[in-house]
Amino acid sequence: MKKKYKLDEVDCANCALKLENAISEINGVSNVKVNYMMQKLTLEADDAVFDAVEKEALAVCKRMEPDMDVTAL
Amino acid sequence: MNIQLTRKQKKWLGRIVLGAIGFVVLEILEHTGAFDGGRWWLGLLCALVPYLIVGWDVIRKSIRNILHGDVFDENFLMMAATFGAFGIGEYPEAVAVMLLYQIGELFQNYATGRSRDSISQLMSLVPETAIVERDSRTEEVDPDEVEVGEIIIVRPGEKIPLDGEVVEGESLIDTSALTGESVPRAARAGDSVISGCVNGKGTLKIRTSRCYEDSTVSKILELVENATDKKTHVENFVTRFARVYTPIVTVSALIIAVAPPLVLGGGGQTWIDWIRRACIFLVVSCPCALVISVPLGFFGGIGAASRTGVLVKGSNFLESLAYVKTVVFDKTGTLTKGEFRVTAIHPADHPVAQPAAQPAIQPAEQALLEIAAYAEMYSTHPVAESIRTAYEESLQDPEGAVTGGSSLDASRLGKTEEIAGHGVAAEVDGRQVLAGNKKLMRKYGIDVPEEEYAGTVVYVACDGAYAGAIVISDTLKEGVPEAVSSLRSAGVRRTVMLTGDNEPAANQIAREAGVDQVHAQLLPADKVEIVEKLIKEQTGKDTLAFVGDGINDAPVLMRSDVGIAMGLIGSDAAIEAADIVLMDDDVRKIAKTVQIARKTMGIIHVNIIFAIAVKILILILSVLGYANMWIAIFGDVGVLILCILNAMRLLRPQDS
Repeated sequence: MKKKYKLDEVDCANCALKLENAISEINGVSNVKVNYMMQKLTLEADDAVFDAVEKEALAVCKRMEPDMDVTAL
Repeated sequence: MNIQLTRKQKKWLGRIVLGAIGFVVLEILEHTGAFDGGRWWLGLLCALVPYLIVGWDVIRKSIRNILHGDVFDENFLMMAATFGAFGIGEYPEAVAVMLLYQIGELFQNYATGRSRDSISQLMSLVPETAIVERDSRTEEVDPDEVEVGEIIIVRPGEKIPLDGEVVEGESLIDTSALTGESVPRAARAGDSVISGCVNGKGTLKIRTSRCYEDSTVSKILELVENATDKKTHVENFVTRFARVYTPIVTVSALIIAVAPPLVLGGGGQTWIDWIRRACIFLVVSCPCALVISVPLGFFGGIGAASRTGVLVKGSNFLESLAYVKTVVFDKTGTLTKGEFRVTAIHPADHPVAQPAAQPAIQPAEQALLEIAAYAEMYSTHPVAESIRTAYEESLQDPEGAVTGGSSLDASRLGKTEEIAGHGVAAEVDGRQVLAGNKKLMRKYGIDVPEEEYAGTVVYVACDGAYAGAIVISDTLKEGVPEAVSSLRSAGVRRTVMLTGDNEPAANQIAREAGVDQVHAQLLPADKVEIVEKLIKEQTGKDTLAFVGDGINDAPVLMRSDVGIAMGLIGSDAAIEAADIVLMDDDVRKIAKTVQIARKTMGIIHVNIIFAIAVKILILILSVLGYANMWIAIFGDVGVLILCILNAMRLLRPQDS
């Protein structure tokens, strides 16, 4: 399953890169992309574990960028 | 340049301005000796005020991240560097580092916002509302809510919100946002129109054929927005580099601050000196300039391509296109129009070939064309149609006015018989006329010349005697020779044409187009094989692009490094199968896109090399003690701003 989120907002290109690296280390994530230019997060994971992965990914976002709002698209 | 800031950016800028004022006051006080004579605490106080105004959020974030165990983050680096500067008594430098860091961040934020805007502007096609006709009343609704088959009304000057078919009204529509083409096209009842075009002077009623989500405009927008999601080689390089660079520099900074004073010994001054050098390390340790260059560059390149009506589906395809050395074209529909025209007429008593394009048609040719046109009068075969068209055109005087009125007079035609797979036998003006292929002539025992013509040949015989031959072939699209030669000057080494046609016809078109190689009489499967062979012949980074019409070339489009398809303004098949879509089918745009790709890669490479070189140089200078904090600030913020400005060049309208 693939889901997209709007980020408001990632401050710098390197921050986006680090966020992407951190999320990609979550168990079960098959693909993740933080698009700094579009301020968008694309998360892909197996259907069976998606909810758990999503929860963890959002937690990572909260931890790394506490001021950032994440809204599902 | 028209500068518009968001509220957040304005607040940010406000803090920077306040901080800058504080910095100037601090500098003046320091130079007038206000902090001399043991009043260093006053200096520290005067520095802390602007420092905190500008940098409080950096410190907050940094502390928070340390609590989360994430140490190597630029907020921390800035905090450490500035604390270090405070520690060694360089107050103005500490304020300046924070101030300029924030300026750089704000600039980065502004620049990306701006390039994002320029993409959506160019795709400013997205209509806000749609006027829909329901129960004989009109309602203004969100385009999302319009269902397939409903009637929408588009008033003059408005954007067409959904794809559909015109049911009423007539207008000229501006497709430039999709195709880059400035000449508007006509739309009247029965025509299909696509979303994103701007309606001209007439009001149109349109029956929608797709819902908003599937409409051309949303699809294209999504493609362009997601194009930078595809990973490129440069991006992978930068990611890997950034991952090792920051930790290495930070650890080095720590070693530099501690090791030399311990080893060399010496008093407080030695410590201050080496801590200063360590701070410089920390300031230049942020890889931001490097990391931003890649997405911003590709974004700009893809934006520039979209502006000319070329859709690039991913940064990686733009990257591949920059190294294209071989371009393979499909013939029909790509280099040629795919419509048949009479290209030569060879009357039996005029052995010299006369091209039909000659201004005045020769009487003998006209006569041959006339009897053929009559013989083929009722045939629906494409060949027959092209003969009739050529005849009707030949009746027009050079100014283009029709002199002959309705040109084919049915009373001149007697009994006709269509012989499947051969041609027609007809009575024209009481004479027995045969028009068809060699087999037909053989059947009636008529000798035809052995000469091979480029294209489909219709032989004509009159009262049992050979009268001549009419050659029909596909014609080259406008601008094809120009497109091929400009590809060559853009650095493409080999151009190849593939076709299912026979050799003479293929060679003829290839000669006209100016391509280097031709492979004729191919079956669809052969095309894949040839492209595979050509790909194998490539060396190093070189890539191969295949240009096809997107409908039946899907396997080849997939197999090649870069698949370029004719978009026929947004046809689904093309958008699906290809990596790059020419929205208006203009092959001349390939060379332009190659140039954009090269320029994009050039800018990205320059940025990467520049950023890495400057940073490494400053690192070396600082270890040797030649660099001060100001140089370090340039190495961070200055390089960031220069890289952004360089990448933003791509977004400027291209001068053709």
